[in-house]
Amino acid sequence: MSILGKLFGSDDAETNALVMDEPRPHSFLDHGAQDVIGKPINRVEGPLKVTGRAPYAAEYPAERLAYGVLVRATFGSGKITKIDDSAARALPGVIDVVADYDTFIRSPGQGGATEAPPQGVQEVHYFGEPVAVVVGETFEAARDGAAAVRLEYDEADASYAFAAHKDQGKEPKEDQIPGHSKQGDFAGAFDKAAVKIDVTYTTPSQNSTAMEPHASIAEWRDDTLILHGAYQMVASDQQQLAKALGVSADKVRIIARFVGGGFGSKLGIAPESVAAAVAAKKLGRPVKIVLARQQVYEATVRRSNTEQRIRLGTDANGKIDALSHNSLVTNTPYEQYWEPVAIGTHFLYGGENREMNHDLIALNLNAAGSMRAPGEAVGMMGLECAMDELAEQLGIDPIELRRRNEPAQEPEKGIPFSSRNLIPALEKGAQLFGWSQRKKAGTDRRGEWLHGMGVSSAVRTNMLMKSAAKVTLTTDGRAIIDTDMTDIGTGSYTILAQIAAETLGLPVEKVVVHLGDGKAPPSSGSGGSWGAGSAGSSVYLACEKIREKLAKSMGVAVEEMTLKDGRAIADNRVVPITELIDENLGVIGQIEPGKQEKKFHQAGYGAHFCAVKVNVVTGEVRVERMLGVFAAGRILNEKTARSQCLGGMTFGIGAAMTEEMIHDDRNGKVVNRDMAEYHVPSHADVPHLEVHFLEERDIHVNPIHAKGIGELGISGAGAAVANAIFNATGVRVRDFPITCDKIIEQLPFDA
Amino acid sequence: MKTFDYRRADTIEAATHANGRFIAGGTNLLDLMKLQVETPERLVDISRLDLDTIEERDDGGLTIGALVPNSDLAADPRVVAKYEVLSRALLAGASGQLRNKASTGGNLLQRTRCYYFYDTATRCNKREPGSGCDAIGGFNRILAVLGTSDHCIATHPSDMAVAMRALDAVIVTQKPDGDKRRISIHDFYRLPGDTPQIETVLESGELITHVELPAPPTGKQVYRKVRDRASYAFALVSVAGVVEVKDGVIASAALAFGGLGPMPWRNPAVEAAIVGKAPSTQAFEAAADALLADARGYGSNDFKIPLARRTLIATLRDLTA
Repeated sequence: MSILGKLFGSDDAETNALVMDEPRPHSFLDHGAQDVIGKPINRVEGPLKVTGRAPYAAEYPAERLAYGVLVRATFGSGKITKIDDSAARALPGVIDVVADYDTFIRSPGQGGATEAPPQGVQEVHYFGEPVAVVVGETFEAARDGAAAVRLEYDEADASYAFAAHKDQGKEPKEDQIPGHSKQGDFAGAFDKAAVKIDVTYTTPSQNSTAMEPHASIAEWRDDTLILHGAYQMVASDQQQLAKALGVSADKVRIIARFVGGGFGSKLGIAPESVAAAVAAKKLGRPVKIVLARQQVYEATVRRSNTEQRIRLGTDANGKIDALSHNSLVTNTPYEQYWEPVAIGTHFLYGGENREMNHDLIALNLNAAGSMRAPGEAVGMMGLECAMDELAEQLGIDPIELRRRNEPAQEPEKGIPFSSRNLIPALEKGAQLFGWSQRKKAGTDRRGEWLHGMGVSSAVRTNMLMKSAAKVTLTTDGRAIIDTDMTDIGTGSYTILAQIAAETLGLPVEKVVVHLGDGKAPPSSGSGGSWGAGSAGSSVYLACEKIREKLAKSMGVAVEEMTLKDGRAIADNRVVPITELIDENLGVIGQIEPGKQEKKFHQAGYGAHFCAVKVNVVTGEVRVERMLGVFAAGRILNEKTARSQCLGGMTFGIGAAMTEEMIHDDRNGKVVNRDMAEYHVPSHADVPHLEVHFLEERDIHVNPIHAKGIGELGISGAGAAVANAIFNATGVRVRDFPITCDKIIEQLPFDA
Repeated sequence: MKTFDYRRADTIEAATHANGRFIAGGTNLLDLMKLQVETPERLVDISRLDLDTIEERDDGGLTIGALVPNSDLAADPRVVAKYEVLSRALLAGASGQLRNKASTGGNLLQRTRCYYFYDTATRCNKREPGSGCDAIGGFNRILAVLGTSDHCIATHPSDMAVAMRALDAVIVTQKPDGDKRRISIHDFYRLPGDTPQIETVLESGELITHVELPAPPTGKQVYRKVRDRASYAFALVSVAGVVEVKDGVIASAALAFGGLGPMPWRNPAVEAAIVGKAPSTQAFEAAADALLADARGYGSNDFKIPLARRTLIATLRDLTA
């Protein structure tokens, strides 16, 4: 039995494992006869979702289910001296008030972490920290109980206001990129530069605001915990949860078959999971906790606010010689995670002398963590607006500026790019959008409205994660995929079915996809845009091995065999594949990153174009149209890929114009805790969005040649909006979001 | 949500005697109950009362039943044709789903969207009289610059009521003793002073049964709303205006404002600054001066003062163009 087989308690399935040490030029996906890969087919689970038959975490039935509601700290920092639960316990329907200072987690786990999140809630570190759970026979009873709990505490001094602590930044530990990084002599080169830009941009804290709030149902069966949870990374979340609870990892099984959006906020376990597990254990019955929207804002991860100083020094032609992107970011005092603002800046443009520093400020605010395109989402707003400022100062077209700074190879490591279509994306977008119609800033006024266009590059680092999946070809002619991969609304179910269907020559309807069960082979999970490439490759590798076995059974070479509609065709014979196997044939496919990511710099690229109008009276901005061109390797499903880009561009509109999580500087409380006041874009804010893909294959990234796309669409999108606002008005706002109050006084309202 | 008693009223009399909090659409009240910002012991469901029609009166005005949904009122052909400012104000508010459910009477009685009012862990004199006001000195971007007190700087969130104030609406009520009152909308709301928890002149058990609109006004009608996103956002500033220009002179003007004060705001001095004058930037600026003479910002809402000035002037240009 293989090691993997033992782990999953499965049969003697063979394993086809690949470490991505060498390029993989050949892919059956380029030669399949089924012709489903890349096609814009509808989501295979769509009918379940629209008929309410796709159960989300909170929707599983359980016998004797009890309902939990978390109790929040109503102060920003201090130590709880007493939890007065007498009033809560006296309420009808309240079963128990469960407080476990040591076990409850302070804030959510970070993505991919395999240790328990920070525990211990007697010491409160931020306003809204969950400190206990009230369990009731009904949700309503539990909610009333939670409101009736009184906390006694000694308040402690703390740091809340970003503005007051900007000198407190400390270099963080290296993560994906170094905290501080230097190349050449930035200061000297900047000093000598013919043209200089030195600007500071700020972005606010944000919340993912996934449609489905964080939710868990915890049920102990003997000594094993079954947790239906709204999570993105089942395998590492199981480890986080097991360690938090002090049980071995094989005693925790997380099930997350359908997840209603995550955007990073569900990468690690959130406080409700541990609280539900502790309460369920204590009460001997299953406990469900669903966070209220206000709790989602208060007690799940935010995207850190940032202050970014960007300095660009160029020669007279705009060729960058000095490039610095230094940032201040924040997190709760005990947290290590820091927003990698300059992650894209490291390789997007050339320039010999470089400096990219990040300093982390500890503030008593809710924890910061990964949110859609951590690093690029905010860093590209700063960098790409600064590039726009540079182009304006040089008097050259922003696309031409980027052309002049296109590096031949990765500018810091000196390695080649695995594939890079930034300039083609900009050029194709310019042509499709009508970029040549752009006018001089502040000159296109029509009535009360100023019109403008903006452009931005898009870039997102590509990542491959270790990922496994089992594919079983059944004697009745179906392929069954088992992996703990999740579908957080992205289309995982569909693309995995397409990969198997193409590789095995089956109609998509003959592929059954089981996702999100922690008992299945461990996958990359959903995060970092790596899901399709990683989990997709694992499915592909399993299918590749099955192909080999079918060919062998047929007595032909694998490359001579064509698979289509359940039949194998070779050697002038057509054989149903079910006749080529005696019993169900299961293979585990496994992909692992290897030397290719060291030898080649891997990223997806694209370009955003945006047209806005700005009202000269009120400063209100309306996005009129937006167009994105993206190159992300093989597009596995043109429809779900497009949806990812549309969503990313919409996030970009929100980041540029409306989204801002506000903390009260006096106690760190989240002020705007609901969707009426935390403004994600409404439909009326999002006009026609156009998405185009460039044909691309990347043989260095993985055997399916697909790069990540989920986060490429947000990268730079907000900058394109902001640059369009500048082009419309001639006013540069460097403090996101660009709300009317920041611009009106500078608009030409001739009163 | 605290446990509450529920009664369904079959008649107006029964409703006024039921000794509870009225609920119709519940689009605001239920949210607040879930947060325990509102904790009524009894809800009196008035949604089945026969108050959901719009009748034309002999004087040419309309009598609107208190239960007419916002969406129906906005789409009523008579409203669209003759009270355009009201139709536009209604459609500028909330979302389609909310407008389908929200009632005319309930809309008048919406509670503020002040961030601190919504969170029972903070101090709020409106929610808990005497506790203090965390909005003052806190984040108050969406809050009031007119009519505030040291106790409260909340805004009234309604769009509909702003238009009704410009239209001189009359609110018809019935009290538990059977008395009916006709209250001018100008007398209906109260300034916060040191009792911000008391928002209207309604007495205990008094039910809004109708809203009367006088005969349609003459002149041009405009509702202009400035907000942070294009839909589903409360007004930062809104202006409901009805202005008639005759022979090059502003003959009449009615101007009401949202997003600025604790009630739909109207100040006769604003209109006095332009009536009898030819439309001009000078006259419009005088109107803005009159509106904002006593305006006071609280930090993050300071911008509302210049925003209101600009919006009023632009709206007056539009109304007199």
